[in-house]
Parts: sequence; C-alpha cells; structure tokens
Amino acid sequence: MARKIRVLIAKPGLDGHDRGAKVVANALRDAGMEVIYTGLHQTPEMIVESAVQEDVDVVGLSILSGAHMTMFPRIMDLLREKGAAYIKVVGGGIIPEEDVKRLESMGVAKVFGPGTDTRDIVDFLKNNFQHAA
Amino acid sequence: MKKSAESEYEKGKKHWESSFGEEPVQDVDFSTVSSESVKPLYGPDDMADLDYLRDLGFPGEYPFTRGVYPTMYRGRFWTMRQFSGFGTARDTNGRYHYLLDHGQTGLSVAFDMPTIMGYDSDHPRSEGEVGRCGVAIDSLRDMEILFDGIDLSKITTSMTINAPASILLAFYLCAGEKKGARSDQVGGTIQNDILKEYIAQKSWIFPPEQSMRLITDIMAFCSDHVPRWNTISISGYHIREAGSTAVQELAFTLADGFAYVEAGIAAGLDVDVFAPRLSFFFNAHLDFFEEIAKYRAARRIWAKRMKEKYGAKDPRSLLCRFHTQTAGCTLTAQQPENNIVRTAFQALSAVLGGTQSLHTNSMDETLALPSEKAVRSALRTQQLIACETGVINTIDPLAGSYFIEAKTREMEEKAEEYFAKIDEMGGVVKAIEAGFFQREIGRSAYEYQKAVERQRKIVVGVNRFQLEDEAIEIPILRIDPHVEIEQRNAVRKVRTDRDNDKVSRELTRLGKAAAGTDNLMPIIVDCARCYCTEGEIIAALKEVFGEYQEPPIF
Repeated sequence: MARKIRVLIAKPGLDGHDRGAKVVANALRDAGMEVIYTGLHQTPEMIVESAVQEDVDVVGLSILSGAHMTMFPRIMDLLREKGAAYIKVVGGGIIPEEDVKRLESMGVAKVFGPGTDTRDIVDFLKNNFQHAA
Repeated sequence: MKKSAESEYEKGKKHWESSFGEEPVQDVDFSTVSSESVKPLYGPDDMADLDYLRDLGFPGEYPFTRGVYPTMYRGRFWTMRQFSGFGTARDTNGRYHYLLDHGQTGLSVAFDMPTIMGYDSDHPRSEGEVGRCGVAIDSLRDMEILFDGIDLSKITTSMTINAPASILLAFYLCAGEKKGARSDQVGGTIQNDILKEYIAQKSWIFPPEQSMRLITDIMAFCSDHVPRWNTISISGYHIREAGSTAVQELAFTLADGFAYVEAGIAAGLDVDVFAPRLSFFFNAHLDFFEEIAKYRAARRIWAKRMKEKYGAKDPRSLLCRFHTQTAGCTLTAQQPENNIVRTAFQALSAVLGGTQSLHTNSMDETLALPSEKAVRSALRTQQLIACETGVINTIDPLAGSYFIEAKTREMEEKAEEYFAKIDEMGGVVKAIEAGFFQREIGRSAYEYQKAVERQRKIVVGVNRFQLEDEAIEIPILRIDPHVEIEQRNAVRKVRTDRDNDKVSRELTRLGKAAAGTDNLMPIIVDCARCYCTEGEIIAALKEVFGEYQEPPIF
C-alpha cells in the first residue's frame, strides 16, 4: 500500500490572504493526504524547519503579496542547505506567467495559477510524489 | 385587499403555479452565489406585512433603507475612489496625479505589506516585500512625498491601514500641517478595523484588547481634533474575499460595528460623539440582487440598533454610510477582458444599493497590480454608470420590488440569527478567540470551491466557455527590484538627518504612556512630527502590548 503523501501548506512572508491556502489544505486532506498548515507570517527558515521536522514529501507555498521571487528561491536554497532537497516545492498565488517560468526553471515543481481546479493539484501531487511504503 | 380581489389573486397564482409545474426547467443551480435559495417568482404576498414608513421610510430618514441622504445621487455622485499604491511614495504620487487628472474625486492609499505589518523597509522581515503590493511608507518624509502637489484641505483620502492606523494617521496629519492644512480641515478615512483582521484579513500586530484601546484613543482624539475624519471603516470586504457568504459578510461586519460602539461607550465616550464618524466598507460581489438587498438591509439594521439598543440621538449616528469595492476574488486570470464586464455588473449593484463611494477593480488584478490603462478602464466604468446609464436619476429605484424587499427582509433576519449566536458566545472578541468566524468563513470558501468544481456554480472562462491553450497576453505592471534598495536607503537617511535625542525621548514617553491609560494619539503625533519611523513606534508599543498569535486551523 502506498504511503500517504505528506504535505506542508505554508504562508511565507507578511501576506495574510489565507483563503487559497486553506481551500487547498482542505482539498488535499479530503483526497487522503496528510496535511500540515503552518499558519501565517512564516519566515523561510520557519517553513524549512517545519518541513524537515514533519518529514513531508512536498511543501505548498501560497503567496499573494508579490514577494514570490524572494521567498521561493530562499526556501529552495534553505532546503538544499539542510540536505532536504528531496522535499519538493509547489506553489500558487498572484504570480505573473513570466515569473512562473522562472520559478519552474529554478526547480519549483509546479506553480498553480488562479482558477486552478483543486483536483488538478491532487492529481499532480499523486502522480509525482506518491512513493511506495 | 378586498376579498373578491384576493380570491382573483389566489386563483391567478394557483394557475401560474400549475403552469410552471408542468413545464420542464433547466438543470441549473438557481440559488444565489451564497447558495441561498431563490423562488422562481415573488409577488405581493412576499411583502404583505411590509409597512412603508416602518421598514423603508424616505431617503435620509429612519430607518434609511432607501438611502442615507435625502438627495442621493441627485445631490452628488458617489466618490470615485480607486485604491492605489505601489513602489515608492514618488511612484505612487505620480499615479495619484494621473487619476486626479482623469476625473477621480478622492484618493485611496494601498500600503505595502511591511507598512501594513509595522516593519520599516530595512527590517529583515521586509525583504522582497517593499513596494510590492502597495506603497512603502516608513516615516513622515514618505507621506510628504506621497501627497506632493495635492491640497490636503481640498481632497479626502482613505487609507487602508489597520494595526498601525494611529501612526499613518499621525503621518498624514503632520504632512497636512507642513503643507498648511490644519487637522480640522483635513478629511478622510482610516480603515482601522482590527476585528476583521483577526477574522479575515489577518494583518494584526497587537492582541485584541490593546488594539481596541488604540481604536478608542483614535475615536476620542479625532472627535476633538480631526472632526472630518472617519475613524473606522468597518469592513466586510475582506470577510467576503476570504470566502464568506453575503449574509456572513453583512452579519459579521455589523457585529464588528456594534463591538466598536460598545468599546467606545465602555471607554466613557458619548455614542453621539464618535458614532457619526463610523463608516462601512462592503464588497460588491457577483449576485446582483442579493448584493443590493445586502446594502439595504445593512442600513436598516444599523439604524435600528443604534437607535434602539445604543440610544443614539444624533441622526448622523444612525447612518450606515459605506464605501464599496467590486469583488477581487471573482476576477479570473483566464480571458481577463471579461473582468471588465464582471466589475461593471458589480459596480452597478453598489450604485443601485446606494453606496457613498466606489472602487472598481482592474481587469489585470489576478496577475499583478493594475497597469495605467487597466485602471483607467476601471474608472471609466464608474463614469459610464454615472453619466450614461440613467440609473442615478431616481433614488433607490428597486424599492418596492417584491423580490428585493423579500430578500432585504430575509438577509436582515439571517443577520439577526448570527448576532444572537455571537452574543451567546460572549461577543465578537470571544468568538474570534474561539475561531468561530474563521471556521464559518473557511467552510463557506471550501463549499463554494467544491460547487465550482462540480460545475454547480459557473465561472465563465474557468469551468465553462474556456479557450483551448489560452496564452495570457496583457501588459502588466512590474515593480522594479531597485525600489527596495532605494527605499531602504531613504529610511536610513531619515534616521541620520533627524534630531535623534528628541526621537528617543518621544519613544520613551510613548512606551510609558502605553503602560498607563492616557490617550496615545497626541504622543504618536509628536513621534511622527520628529520623524520617528513607523517601525520604531510599533516596536515601542510591542514592548508593552506584546504580539498576537493565531492558532493555525483549516
């Protein structure tokens, strides 16, 4: 039997818009994943520490404040520094197409834009991060 | 109604019901966007017990269902106020001049996240966020630049700022003072609605009790010194954006309003001293008639409670005056031009609902802050409604509609049910601490998302009428990363140029006062005047007040 996918949903930076993060957290949980939500106003350090401590497969970052080009690379770097590059990073928020391409070329597994169906997020995580027990 | 007429009516109604029942209806969700049921037809029996004077009254008269002013848009149009801010104060000042040159009639400042959360631009937590989703303001110096060339005694300014509202108001007053506008001449609004921050928008700094003290200090200070200032804009906008239903927006917002009134009274203020300066801020969402009913219900509920429960005597204390913004959360990244149309419908509902001012969103806001062209179309949408559609010719034109009156009544009743529930929990602050609002809103948001994914609710361009392989090709506003460096240098320069002995004296004085019970506003104004930065003032208050933490629930 496959191990349940463990996901950390995180809100980096000062942005308080948590509707999307919570909707996705609920949808992933209803799809049978183990979901941990960091709460708001997290620094990259706090997020990486939680990700390592909680032994997650994937971190989902939600940013609507425009700080994504600072937050994503910082979190990817910190994961590498902690020897946790095996933890994948996905994200969503108010992120222009051009930045989506740059983030994906830096190794962010996927950026989900506004209007994404939560079932597409579930499918993406299951297809890419489902490991055997 | 005479008996014979009544039976004719009943006969006609039965006949229609049976005709309706025989015909097939489409497999479409006919409930509102908030999933409230709607009947296929409303008639006289849906408002049989409506008493015109008791329930509607005349415009400008109790219970103000038809509007807060006797003349409404015949007297003047609503204020066209586009929420705007990005980059440095200089960048945003340019946008303000642009908007004023194109016929905008009021200003509305959007601050960046560090300003909203009380950090200076050179604080480590500000990294990557400076000037991104609003303008960066660190001290009085930035405020002076922001309003360069604008007469603060002539224009009114709304500032979307909450936890640090006292400080930004102080910067504004000092900027006015330097430009020759006295505090009794300047007019405007600070959002200053901390309760909805804990409930929905989540930009808090201090715990609730200390935050409420700052708010009552502001109310007292402004009633003495800044009589044209709206001290709180009690906001449903963010509650709705976070995913609430229309009824939840209405009920939670008014409940917050009553909590501020009770706090003011508990602080020893006369309700008629501060209540006339309370204003509201609602969302204009998708469901056209539900929104109009919401605004009408809000006016009626507020007037009744203020009069009956809180004993307000000044008629101005009874007025639910409100700003409206179209619903950002309904905009789609897909086929963004459709957003112009969505926004127009939403703006029309706000006008038919009797709004005092309006912000129309721009088509590109799911991708970035709006470009100049996009924001101009958004402003033009309001001008079209005002000057071309004719809807402003008569006041509250939908009054007496069977549907609108029934819906207005229904929303009032459902809001009352929420008020009772909140009272049972011990009031708004207790309900926040119990996570009540957060859970209610989170559940509504998730239910709506599922309804969209099941295709019960349709989002044009997203789950129906999509384009294959759509490439999103609209020009968007980019914030130069250099802004952050420039702003960091600017705040450091402010710190070297000022009288630092005076600064530390004022900050110490503020800390001492915060530990006591004196009104903090005059001291915050003194701090602002000698160029203390926002971050320094907040830090001095944090020392005494501490910080709020929310348990992460979803």
